[in-house]
Order: sequence, then structure tokens, then C-alpha cells
Amino acid sequence: MNPTIGVIVFPGSNCEQDALEAVTSLGANSRLLWHDSSDLGDVDGVIIPGGFAHGDYLRPGAIARFSPAMESVITFAQSGRPVLGICNGFQILTEAGLLPGALQKNRGLKFLCKPVKLNVRTTNSVLTSQTTKDDSLTIPINHFEGNYTCSDETLKELHDEDRILLTYENNPNGSIGDIAGICNDQRNVVGLMPHPERACHPLLGSIDGQPLLHSFIESSSS
Amino acid sequence: MEFEATVEVQLKEGIADPQGSTIENATPKLGFNGIENVRVGKSIRFTITAKDETEAEKTIQELCEKFLTNPVIENAIIHLQGAE
Repeated sequence: MNPTIGVIVFPGSNCEQDALEAVTSLGANSRLLWHDSSDLGDVDGVIIPGGFAHGDYLRPGAIARFSPAMESVITFAQSGRPVLGICNGFQILTEAGLLPGALQKNRGLKFLCKPVKLNVRTTNSVLTSQTTKDDSLTIPINHFEGNYTCSDETLKELHDEDRILLTYENNPNGSIGDIAGICNDQRNVVGLMPHPERACHPLLGSIDGQPLLHSFIESSSS
Repeated sequence: MEFEATVEVQLKEGIADPQGSTIENATPKLGFNGIENVRVGKSIRFTITAKDETEAEKTIQELCEKFLTNPVIENAIIHLQGAE
């Protein structure tokens, strides 16, 4: 049976329909889940989409992490099931403590909206299992606060435990270690700044997001 | 007792501050010279009711750690004053 992917919607989310459309086009069932309900229903995987949840007031993700849906997402993640945060979703996962580090403002003071080249560093995660190590993927970014930062110890841990999933070929935003995406130590919670859901159809200029979302759907089925 | 609190949230040393840099770059163009190290932060003001100053301070510290700051990139300075 095809898995059902739930996409959490906060006030200010703006990529939920893209995420829904992308996973549906890749064969998954999908539904939107309003942030104010702690009931995730029978979903097999959760996506936290991009946008500006709660207006990014205070800090991106700072208020979203206290939504009832997020408490359920934390329990869901702790039970080993797949959770994917894209862009603002990545920021929310770091604020919620499901992923380490933080996203700071881009080096170079610019909002960045363009396709970038990513390299796959490991296939051992719910986002990269269907890719090949060292694959080069072209996927758009669309952010002002996407400059990943963390303590030296965390960076060492991410390296040693092979938890850096994707790196930028030409670092656009100053992220430490060229990091574009990481996972937690259980490898079931992943976050990335680029938008794979916007690279799933030839009309969008790239279909390189497909293997990533395929991986996520596949991980949600098992 | 009621206290007036101000929490100053600042980016930690070494964390990029595009707003600060933009302001700094604009100052010589406006004829202000010698302005350096501009950092932009947030000031959050509120009142808090607590048994005493120690309790108020403790609550605010916890509030800062859990919500008002992201300890990975930000510091907080707490100012407390008894409200009259």
C-alpha cells in the first residue's frame, strides 16, 4: 500500500501545496494537517514545509515549535518514523531540538532564490536512500536565513556519524562545512534548506528533487 | 510583586549580522565617521509578577533559554526593575 504523507500547515506556510503535489505525483497519498491539532491521523511520514510560519516572529521557527502538531511530530519522530523539514521546516526542526544547530542570516546579506548544485554525501538517511553517493543534484534554494551554524563539537559529531546528507557545491550562504542538509542520530529526522518539491517536474527546470522525495516516500512505506 | 523587565537579545560574537553591517556601511555616506562594530539586537519589554526579584529573574532566565533566544546563536541580557 502506498504510504500517506502528512504536510503540516502553519499560518504563514507557503510551500505546502508544492510538497503535497510533489509527493502525490510520486505515488504517495497525502494530506494537509493544520498546526493547531495534535492529531496526525494515520500518516506514515511528516513533511514540515517552507514558508514563514507565524510570520517568523521572534525567530524563524521559534513560535511554530510550540504548536500542538509539533508535540505530536516530536513523539512521531522519537518513535523512529520519517520527518522531513524543508527550508522553514528545517528551521522549525532545529528550534524544536529535533536537529542540532541553527540557521542564521545568509553571509552576503542577500535573500537567495536560485537553483544550486548539491552533492550527496551519504545515502544512509530517509532522504537520500534512493540516491547515489557523490550524485550532483540541481535544486532551488529560497531563503534569507539558511546559513547553517553549530558548535565545533556538533560539527565533529555530524562528520563522525556521517550525518551530513547534502552539501553545496558552491556555498551560497556561508553555511559551516557547506552544509545544505543533515539528519538526527536515528537518521529518520532530516532537514535541508533547498526545496526538492520544486524540482520534481521537467517544467520546473529540474527533476533532481525526485530521488530525494522518492527516498522519503519509500522510508515512509516501511 | 510586579517588576518591569527588559530583555536585550543580541547575536553572539561571530554570528553574521547583515542589518548591523548594512547600517555600518551607510554611516560614512551620511557624513558620520568613526562608527564601527554596529550590532543590531532585539529589546523585549514586559511586566512580571513574582514573589521577589530572585524568583522573577529565575523565571525570565528560563523564558530566555526556552523561547526568547536561540542559545546556539543568541545571548540575553536581563534588566529588572520594581514597578511602582
